[in-house]
Amino acid sequence: MTSELAIETHELRKSFGAKEAVRGLTLAVPRGSICGFLGGNGAGKTTTLKMLMGMTRVGGGEGRALGLRIADPTLSTEIRRRTGFVSEDKLFPWSITVGELLSFTRAFYPRWRPDVAERYLHTFQLPLGASAGRLSKGMRSRLALLLALARGAELLLLDEPTEGLDPSMIEETLKALVALVAEQETTVFFASHQLAHVEQIADRVCIIDRGRAVLSDSLDELKASYRRVRLVFDEEPPEGAFAGARRDGRTLSLLAARNVDEVVARAKAMSARSVDVQPVTLKDIFLESAKGA
Amino acid sequence: MFFPPNPSSGVPVYRQLVDQVRHAVETGALRPGEQLPGTRKVAEDLVMNPNTVAKAYQELEHQGVIEMRKGLGAFIALHGRKGGDLVQKAQPVLRGAMDRMVEIGLSEEQMRRLFESEVIRLRQEPPKGNHDQ
Repeated sequence: MTSELAIETHELRKSFGAKEAVRGLTLAVPRGSICGFLGGNGAGKTTTLKMLMGMTRVGGGEGRALGLRIADPTLSTEIRRRTGFVSEDKLFPWSITVGELLSFTRAFYPRWRPDVAERYLHTFQLPLGASAGRLSKGMRSRLALLLALARGAELLLLDEPTEGLDPSMIEETLKALVALVAEQETTVFFASHQLAHVEQIADRVCIIDRGRAVLSDSLDELKASYRRVRLVFDEEPPEGAFAGARRDGRTLSLLAARNVDEVVARAKAMSARSVDVQPVTLKDIFLESAKGA
Repeated sequence: MFFPPNPSSGVPVYRQLVDQVRHAVETGALRPGEQLPGTRKVAEDLVMNPNTVAKAYQELEHQGVIEMRKGLGAFIALHGRKGGDLVQKAQPVLRGAMDRMVEIGLSEEQMRRLFESEVIRLRQEPPKGNHDQ
């Protein structure tokens, strides 16, 4: 079973002093998928990624990356060898050039793909002779991604990979991730605030709020099961008639998950003047789940 | 071949691809026996998830719209489902209505919402005197 999942956590925890950054995170990411990892600032995304990479010690609970226990320090080298990580800060040393950084990195990874490195040096317009540390933020993002793509990793953990990129580079980045998954069946798990990018290439999403997963599902499944329902009554409807509904005079608006028919039937029984059912976007679902609990 | 799906439309992306192919078959733009591009190529060309494309192809195969031939790829089914004639007959009706809506000044988004809510209404209150096939 485990081998089908690239990432698996159960009640994962981490505190920094009194602050609980991750409070019982349970999630599963199947191999070969592109999973968007969404959550507000401080929701625990970066801490989770660092625990998966073995860069931050697990505080409690269980987690596996590529089937390997992340709490076991003897396995963390193995995880890092097979996983590409692009951190949020994307810092590089000033003293070496892009070209030197490539040769240096290559030496550590037997599955290094020179053709992939060559392709993205060109696509991402990275100058071989420039000092890696002095590149602009957008260029550092591209360089970090190139290093992760070229090393033949089975799993990519990306923290805001499109941050600071212009629209054409964003498209190239998304394209590179799609190509990687299509050609090598890599798994991509990426934290992002850019819902549109997640919606474009992800087949799964995991939404984290205050250190807990509030949602983890296939994007198609979410879109198929959620509907925005707007009900207009002749008179103000009774308080609490529909749980979680937003009221605006005679109008109620709510996000229904898997119980759309029931909501519509109940509205009819209450003689609603108009019942309007609309599909939802990832943004609707995200805003709704982040405000819960 | 395909045009890019709208990821934020609320309609699952695989459904949008399924609808594109079915529509192309129903209007005769795709003919029985014609080959579809491979799922990887579609994913890379449209910059979308490869699993989603594969899911659309599975659904199309399940619906009998396409046939998967081992080692060759996906082809429009030779004995596809009927309904193409009906759709071709209905197309001018909708086109006329849409031209009118554009005259009235509706945006594309408003038209889509209106259509969606009318489809839902139809499901809940089927028209009277409608003889079901």
